Amino acid sequence: MQHPQSGALQHKMGDAMENGTRKAEAQLFVMQPTPLNSGPKGCGSKGGGGKSSCGSSAGQGDLSPEIWEKVKNHPCYSEEAHHHYARMHVAVAPACNIQCNYCNRKYDCSNESRPGVVSERLTPEQAARKVLAVASNIPQMTVLGIAGPGDPLANPEKTFKTFELVTQAAPDIKLCLSTNGLMLPEYVDRIQALNIDHVTITINMIDPEIGAKIYPWIYYNRKKYEGVEAARILSERQLLGLEMLTERGILCKVNSVMIPGVNDRHLAEVNREVKSRGAFLHNIMPLISAPEHGTVFGLNGTRGPTAQELKVLQDSCEGEMNMMRHCRQCRADAVGLLGEDRSNEFTTEKVMEMDVHYDLEIRQAYQEDVERQRAAVVAARNEELMTLAGTDSNISILIAVATKGGGRINQHFGHAKEFQVYEVSTSGAKFVGHRRVDNYCQGGFGEEESLETVVRAINDCTAVFISRIGNCPREGLLKAGIEPIDRFALEYIEQSALAYFRDYLERVRSGDVEHVKRGDADIRQGALITT
Amino acid sequence: MAYMIKESNCTGCSACQNECPNNAILEKNFAFSIDPEKCTECVGFFDEPQCAAICPMPKTCIINPDVPRFASAV
Repeated sequence: MQHPQSGALQHKMGDAMENGTRKAEAQLFVMQPTPLNSGPKGCGSKGGGGKSSCGSSAGQGDLSPEIWEKVKNHPCYSEEAHHHYARMHVAVAPACNIQCNYCNRKYDCSNESRPGVVSERLTPEQAARKVLAVASNIPQMTVLGIAGPGDPLANPEKTFKTFELVTQAAPDIKLCLSTNGLMLPEYVDRIQALNIDHVTITINMIDPEIGAKIYPWIYYNRKKYEGVEAARILSERQLLGLEMLTERGILCKVNSVMIPGVNDRHLAEVNREVKSRGAFLHNIMPLISAPEHGTVFGLNGTRGPTAQELKVLQDSCEGEMNMMRHCRQCRADAVGLLGEDRSNEFTTEKVMEMDVHYDLEIRQAYQEDVERQRAAVVAARNEELMTLAGTDSNISILIAVATKGGGRINQHFGHAKEFQVYEVSTSGAKFVGHRRVDNYCQGGFGEEESLETVVRAINDCTAVFISRIGNCPREGLLKAGIEPIDRFALEYIEQSALAYFRDYLERVRSGDVEHVKRGDADIRQGALITT
Repeated sequence: MAYMIKESNCTGCSACQNECPNNAILEKNFAFSIDPEKCTECVGFFDEPQCAAICPMPKTCIINPDVPRFASAV
């Protein structure tokens, strides 16, 4: 079932080139600095200074009703929604028009979880059927994205045909695409006409000198460009495309891959530039560069950032704009909640055999139920937050959480494939990231070795919330200075985090606990190990 | 008179097929090849062979040594 093609685009980016573009004269756009006050932009750009609370973190905040309507059920655009709503990608776009040093199109592994990687690719017709099959089986699947494994706009006919078919068959599904931006200006009108409401552009630099270290070449206007010239063209096209989209009121997220030693110090500047052009949300992701993927960065030893390096950069940009921290850098064929991948249940073979009954009413009824649960999560959090009112402390701690979704602590320690990380202080509990871990219960590794992996992944956390945990790992965690907490089993994450924090402050005050700053943690790389 | 695809390098991404002005690129079970009868090395269309320009793998779309160069290219 595995297919020899796949890519490893990290952010999905691909490339794009118009199919059969015979109009070779498409001109190089020389970007004009356009006025920044043209038309409504995402909330991220509101006013000159402080960010608004829209984007990635909790709830409606100060979002306009119009924008809230667009993001509230979108797991990638709303951190809060990602506990409840699922997305799917269909791999209809294999071709790419640029080369990224973090991508190797040859590497394919069905266990691997990275953008640009897929196990099979689909025709638009197969993709549309798959969307209906998933929509019938996972009623909380609200978003269809096309993200590769190449670049959607390098495969425009397949990409837009797929969106057309899905719109006809399942009009309630939001459409979304993710691109490297090279061909974006050409297709903005088509994107708008198809009602594609969310576009992600991967922008790793605005300085072509830095770009030349990330992109060895691009294919544009029927020619291959290399080096600084390639990066300059790409950057101009990306920023122009971003401006054109935001002028039309299309929500834009910018993905940036943080590459230590290459663009890590440059991304704050990228953040300012994309914000000024109306980007709604900025997603700074860690470089994935395992040597076995065979990417340039993997082979030349360029490392990814540590968890704290990533967080410091995200925190520093947050004053400017909303930051997405819940991205799982998912595959171009991922299905399910962001932290899970159910694509194995929906292979083409299985989808063709499935009974598909797309029923809008059932989906809506289910989603209404989800909305009730969501409201309960928020109400519980707010109630708990009241109990911290008036408490004065500058302590903040990180807490790791094992969850299967729904905003609850509902996963056994040994079953967690990832932990969500919350930063808790008197101002609230805020989602700040997630850490992939090997399944502790899975075979193949000694138990101690697996526990070590988990400890390294959440070493910056004070406590880990789980629904249950065995004695052995409990002791190991305590030895590592991480408190395993199962007394909030099945309860809401944020409410529990705040309750724990209130208790923690009390214990610090009474001298029972010494508040110590925790160390750094690893961001795990390499293939997902499945049984 | 043609380019060819070195099969062991090909990722099957289909990018070349999208760009070929001669419809010379064939696919069979995700394996791509170039029909030497149709390939003009992009002479008369573009400055460089499009398959080689967009291919993500180096040295994969290469001159086919078994057939003569396209007449106008020589």
